[in-house]
Amino acid sequence: MKKIKLPLTKEKVLGLKAGDMVSLTGEIYTARDAAHLRIWESLNKGEEIPFDLENTVIYYLGPSPAREGKVIGSAGPTTSSRMDKYTPALLEKGLKGMIGKGRRSAEVIQGMKEHKAVYFAAVGGAGALLSKRIKSSEVIAYDDLGTEAVRKLYVEDFPAIVVIDCAGNNLYER
Amino acid sequence: MREINVNLITEKVKELCIAANYDLSEDVKAALNKAHESEQNELGKNILSQLQENLQLAKEEMIPICQDTGMAVVFLEIGQEVYFTGGFLEDAIQEGVRQGYQEGYLRKSVVGDPLLRVNTGDNTPAVIHYSIVPGEQVKITVAPKGFGSENMSRIFMLKPADGAQGVKDAVLQAVKDAGPNACPPMMIGVGIGGTFEKCAQLAKEALTLKLDERHPSSHIAQMEEELLEEINRLDIGPAGLGGTTTCLGIRIKTYATHIAGLPVAVNICCHVNRHESVEI
Repeated sequence: MKKIKLPLTKEKVLGLKAGDMVSLTGEIYTARDAAHLRIWESLNKGEEIPFDLENTVIYYLGPSPAREGKVIGSAGPTTSSRMDKYTPALLEKGLKGMIGKGRRSAEVIQGMKEHKAVYFAAVGGAGALLSKRIKSSEVIAYDDLGTEAVRKLYVEDFPAIVVIDCAGNNLYER
Repeated sequence: MREINVNLITEKVKELCIAANYDLSEDVKAALNKAHESEQNELGKNILSQLQENLQLAKEEMIPICQDTGMAVVFLEIGQEVYFTGGFLEDAIQEGVRQGYQEGYLRKSVVGDPLLRVNTGDNTPAVIHYSIVPGEQVKITVAPKGFGSENMSRIFMLKPADGAQGVKDAVLQAVKDAGPNACPPMMIGVGIGGTFEKCAQLAKEALTLKLDERHPSSHIAQMEEELLEEINRLDIGPAGLGGTTTCLGIRIKTYATHIAGLPVAVNICCHVNRHESVEI
């Protein structure tokens, strides 16, 4: 198990290989379908986006609501391929890591190789278990989107597997 | 004739929405435990034990098993002697879903218009399937369906000449295409026969059948067995990272069809195959 402290710099990305089990500690941001669309539209118009993408990790997550006194509800990954259309533009702006599940498009993998980024999978369907590794959660943008709002999370020892590394090696293509 | 106030329907639908999202049925849990014992891949075994731990935690700490608490699919089997009072039945069902998703801390995952995509904020409307049966009972089943797996489901309009092998090939193709996207290990409901929409509904209903039972017709029961074995040889494995557990169970429902057709629907579900029923 490789312990990684965020932010995810290029040097850290270069040290990761497909198949590595990692645990992530630090700040990450959530964004899924609707948030990706808004970020992508803003980037296309040259407008500000809610957070700096440089050396950032995005978690493809729409959590269930938190109970009173809890940080977050169930919090597992959603299917990454729905974000494929928008991802190359985010990689260009410095996005270094994505946490999700399932396959990525050739365009995304090409972008990851070009800009040195890594794709992690978290275990789909283990949302209760994964929620325990999230220590804080704050909506920072697009509150109107409900579960699809952008949240800043602080995660501690968040478990993931490197599925596609920055050389394009892909654990799903065995 | 028996009168049933629709407030009772609201109450039951609410309870079923919550119950389904925090615990799975015994047959699903048994299949997961069995898979954990037999899994040959070390990483796969590790992932299956995380899923077992996740189920335990969900129940103990009341955290939904999966953050995708689904679009609510509601099946109502209504005895033809029943007379509903106190309001419109469909409103009562939607109100039950609304209350269940609010009071149960469940995710609101429904957008009102499929293209404008504004979240309705209360997880309504549910998809409702009514059927009229003999008697004076009402059976309600709530099956919240997550879309990671729903998106990987398929319909094939096969030719009669494709036969049983064509059906099996179609199912295997759908499973391969789903691969790591549908959160394997999967559960699979297959509908064979009927019309375009009928086979899709059969496939959905098949997901609510018990995994440890088999189709009453021996050739279909045999197909369930064979497909389970063949799918588990695909080496997709838990989380799509390899292993002998790709599918925890497959059930098939069949219906009569047209002389020219062989419709097949494959409804894919992850291990969080949620369905809760009550009879009133």
